[in-house]
Order: sequence, then C-alpha cells, then structure tokens
Amino acid sequence: METLIFALFAALALGSAIVVITHKSPIYSTLSLVLTLFSMAVLFVLLGAPFLGALQILVYAGAIVVLFLFVIMLLNVQKEETAHIDRGAQLWTALLGVAVFLGMFWLAFWRTGLRLGDSAPPAITQELVSLKGLAAELFGAYLLPFEMVGLLLLVAVIGATVAARRPGEAGSLQEEGIYASGEPLGEPAPPTPRKEANR
Amino acid sequence: MSAVPISWYLLLSAVLFGIGAIGALTRRNGISIFLSVELMLNAANLTLVAYARQLGSHTGQVIVFFVMAVAAAEAAVGLALFIAVFRQRHTIDVNRMNLMRW
Repeated sequence: METLIFALFAALALGSAIVVITHKSPIYSTLSLVLTLFSMAVLFVLLGAPFLGALQILVYAGAIVVLFLFVIMLLNVQKEETAHIDRGAQLWTALLGVAVFLGMFWLAFWRTGLRLGDSAPPAITQELVSLKGLAAELFGAYLLPFEMVGLLLLVAVIGATVAARRPGEAGSLQEEGIYASGEPLGEPAPPTPRKEANR
Repeated sequence: MSAVPISWYLLLSAVLFGIGAIGALTRRNGISIFLSVELMLNAANLTLVAYARQLGSHTGQVIVFFVMAVAAAEAAVGLALFIAVFRQRHTIDVNRMNLMRW
C-alpha cells in the first residue's frame, strides 16, 4: 500500500517537475509546481512528517506560489522569447544538469543507498511523528537559528518593500541615490509603467 | 504493509534536483529560473526528511523548517528585484540583464 502511494506520487512529482521546466508559459510552469509541491507533501506525510507536509502546502503552495503567480500577472510575462536562444549552449547546460544529477545519484545510491540497502527503514515511532518532539528540538537545540530565521524574514520583508518601490518615490532605490550615478539604465522608464502592462 | 526503502526517496530526490538544475541552467525567463530553484530546494528537503525517518531524529525536519523560511525570504526579495528590473528594462529575460556586466 505504501509502495503504491509512493510510486503514484513520485511519478506525479517527476511528471509535473518536467512540465515546470519545459513549459513555455510561466503561468503553467507555476501551476505545475503546485502539483509537484503537493506530491512532495504527500511523501513527507509518508515519511512520518505530517507537520512538514501541512507546512509545505500552507507555506509553499499557499504563499510562495501565490506570490509567484501575483508577480507573473503583475509583470504580464509573456511566453519565453525563443528567437535568440542558443540551442548548443542550452544543450551543454542541460548536460551539466545531468552531470549534477548523476553525481548526486552516485552519492545517494551507490555510496549510502547500498549501505541502507533495500531493507525497510525503521518503523515510524510515535515520537518521530509527534509535534511535541519537533517543537522541543526547534525551541531547544535550534533556538538561536530559529531567532535568526525570524530576523532574516524581517530583513527580507523590508528589502522587498524597498526594492519594489516605484522609481522616484520616497524611499525608493533611485531616490536614495543607488541608481543615481552614471547614465540612466537602458531606455528611460516611462512615467507610468502601469500603462505598459495592460497591452 | 511494506515500507518503501529510504534509497528510493534519495533517488527521487536526486532526479528532482537534477531536473531543477537543468531548468535553472537552460531557462532564460527569470521567473522560470526561480521556479527551478524552488524545485531544487524541495528536492533537498525530501532528502532531509528521508534521513530524519531513517535515523529516527527530528533534526532533519527542523532543518527543513529553516529551508522553507529561507525559501520564502528568497522568493520575496527575488521577485521584488524582478519587479525593480522590469520597471527599468521592460523584460525579465536574463540574457538582457547586464546591469552588472563589466
């Protein structure tokens, strides 16, 4: 039964991951990523981490992916421009990706995997699944990293707010003189960038 | 009920990481590159959870928690940067982003 569920959702994750990197339209790629993340959440539950599975759906599929969709629609990203793509370079970089995979495959399967063997892992204990144990670890041994992650999120929120300000607005990068030196970048931005997006 | 060997999870994770790496290297659209990076982060998460199961320890799960938080921060800042670049250039094609090219 567990094998069946694993096979089903592993295949789903792989199929949708391939769609993520091959589909021309970023919207479909993002929606396919939701499917991958959902399959991964199922695998997390299968591995005795139901809290992380729930977090995966809430934080990843619920928040991060919605942010992606929001930005894609805001910027009105069209299909990838294919005219100037260098097929040879693309092939070489894809081969590099395959090399990365084979390296990991070798590490995971030949060096460790065989030692783990085809034997079943130890049974899921009540302790492993319990939220109490996870919380004790998180707020015990990992309290300092936890606080640092909180600080990181605060910095990220402030940074994102400043970076995405409209040029010329109070507090924007341009206003603070970060873009100010030298000639303007590329063609000058039109006064109302929103008009551009509605085409 | 037969449990799935951990090495299968590791294999799946390696394949997903490889797919993400290929996507990040071959795509030209900034958003698609970001999606591939998220895919790679998730593949790493799967490895961590699999080892947490194998070793019967919560440490791997705690690290997954941190990875998710960092991924959220990364997505927020990265997308804000794309918005800023789009305002200047009207494209997020990474071949045309040469602001920092010497």
